[in-house]
Amino acid sequence: MAEATKRPNSLTRNLTAKIASLPMIATALVIFIGCTLWTIYHSFTRSRLLPAPDKWVGLDQYERLWNTRRWLVSIENLAIYGICSLILSLVIGFTLAALLDQKIRGENVFRTIFLYPFALSFIVTGLAWQWILNPQFGIQEVVRRWGLESFTFDPLNNADIAIYGILIAGIWQGSGFIMVIMLAGLRGIDEEIWKAARVDGIPTWKTYVFIIIPMMRPVFVTALVLIASGIIKVYDLVVAQTSGGPGIATEVPAKYVIEKMFLSQNLGQGFAASTMMLLSVLVVLIPWAYLEFGGKRRG
Amino acid sequence: MVDATAIEPRGPKPKRAFSSTNIMLYGTLLLVSVYYLLPLYVMIVTSLKGMPEIRLGNVFAPPLEVTFEPWVKAWAEACTGVNCDGLSRGFWNSVAILIPSVAVSIAVASVSGYALANWRFRGSETFFTILIFGAFIPYQVMIYPIVIILRELGGFLGIQLMGSIWGLVIVHTIFGMPILTLLFRNYFTSVPEELFKAARVDGAGFWGIFFKIMVPMSLPIFVVAMILQVTGIWNDFLFGVIYTKPETYPMTVQLNNIVNSVQGVKEYNVNMAATLLTGLVPLTIYFVSGRLFVRGIAAGAVKG
Repeated sequence: MAEATKRPNSLTRNLTAKIASLPMIATALVIFIGCTLWTIYHSFTRSRLLPAPDKWVGLDQYERLWNTRRWLVSIENLAIYGICSLILSLVIGFTLAALLDQKIRGENVFRTIFLYPFALSFIVTGLAWQWILNPQFGIQEVVRRWGLESFTFDPLNNADIAIYGILIAGIWQGSGFIMVIMLAGLRGIDEEIWKAARVDGIPTWKTYVFIIIPMMRPVFVTALVLIASGIIKVYDLVVAQTSGGPGIATEVPAKYVIEKMFLSQNLGQGFAASTMMLLSVLVVLIPWAYLEFGGKRRG
Repeated sequence: MVDATAIEPRGPKPKRAFSSTNIMLYGTLLLVSVYYLLPLYVMIVTSLKGMPEIRLGNVFAPPLEVTFEPWVKAWAEACTGVNCDGLSRGFWNSVAILIPSVAVSIAVASVSGYALANWRFRGSETFFTILIFGAFIPYQVMIYPIVIILRELGGFLGIQLMGSIWGLVIVHTIFGMPILTLLFRNYFTSVPEELFKAARVDGAGFWGIFFKIMVPMSLPIFVVAMILQVTGIWNDFLFGVIYTKPETYPMTVQLNNIVNSVQGVKEYNVNMAATLLTGLVPLTIYFVSGRLFVRGIAAGAVKG
């Protein structure tokens, strides 16, 4: 093996390294590129129980998809969940990080408390919140017994606000993680900046809003990409907490895809829906890649 | 690598102990802590109550009479469909999935990261870029073709991959690869090049350098990778439900089936005990590993 690496021949040069990299190469080419292209191609076919590569139907699947009420509800839910959880995660994450960055006592304790939900699975998260939000025994009932008879908070029974019940659980699980990233970003800021701001008599909140946050742009972008790529994957949480209900009130695209593929044997619909998911990821990813790599070249 | 914890806390200015800002600061933090701790607290108290007490209906009240029966029942008797052998089956399935998945995924990714860091060849960076972008492709796009690949590959090799633990091991290895390879590549790049060159001069090859120099020098990053993979694979639901069958369902899938089953009377205390049991493994890792856990996720995130 050692001899092989010494030979100057271009193909056999680093031959062992090339062989050792085969799993990585295979994953990149076969799975990430191959499987993705396969699915995109088959989204243009009339595949039902089995993939049917020869039954080309053009954009039929997409037309049907966008005429399906369940898909439209899924998209709407994803939009509501996505926008709310983006804003809330960033705001909560940054605020908590800024609070923890005030030289406080027990920083480790607070950080441990805020982050532990992130270690739990979405299934556990969903089931825990399903129980807390249970209208018969949960928060609603407790508050009513305290004397507020008319208190109503039953997101998991009320189709209009059900998605917010999922949102509460999602924020609980993920915001600690954003806090950790923000905290790392805050600690990376030069102490001199703070000193200069203090010398100039700028109030703390102004320093944060006008100096620190603009300086932390890369951290915010990273957090944004992470939250966004997590949002599109939302599946387990919904399955555990509401199973998509009441009715179809909390359906999400990821769930639509899995059910079309594996339960209702409508592969073509599943492929078309998953291709739409990929498309929405690209909408986020391409500007990010442009900023990230464009920025590096300038730097 | 960005380390979230190594730098000492430093903020705008030190404050007196009982100033009004301090009261507001700690007040806010304590209030927020309640939101984060509430579900864990509710799960624990519910799992220690009997059903009659739960029906009295105050989820926040501590149990009047502590009982461990729900835990026993969740572990050994809870039903999914016709099977009534409790969550223990899912637990052992998860263990059987976890050990080979963690071992194989880390082995493959560390070697790939090493090749990318120290033995670059033509195209290696391209494959790496594809890998990193692949991490953002929704799993739903690749799930079905992988079913076909596992079925065909299993037929070709004469073993059953689809629906077995080994199929799932392959899937976890594939989807763990982007983040782990990135982690190892970045770490190995930071190992001084002189060491590598000296070993080359001494005649050590690809594997010699890897096992004698790189692995012993990089134990912390292996621990970080392990924490990342153990929690990730233990918490997986999607792959478990698609690539295994009911007898080999991991714990998360079985838990969901137990709690969300429509038959029978809902036993909330058993459900919460089962939920806690499933969360116990990652929680233990989180509390034991502490800073390394934070470092693991921050390393993965900030660089990625």
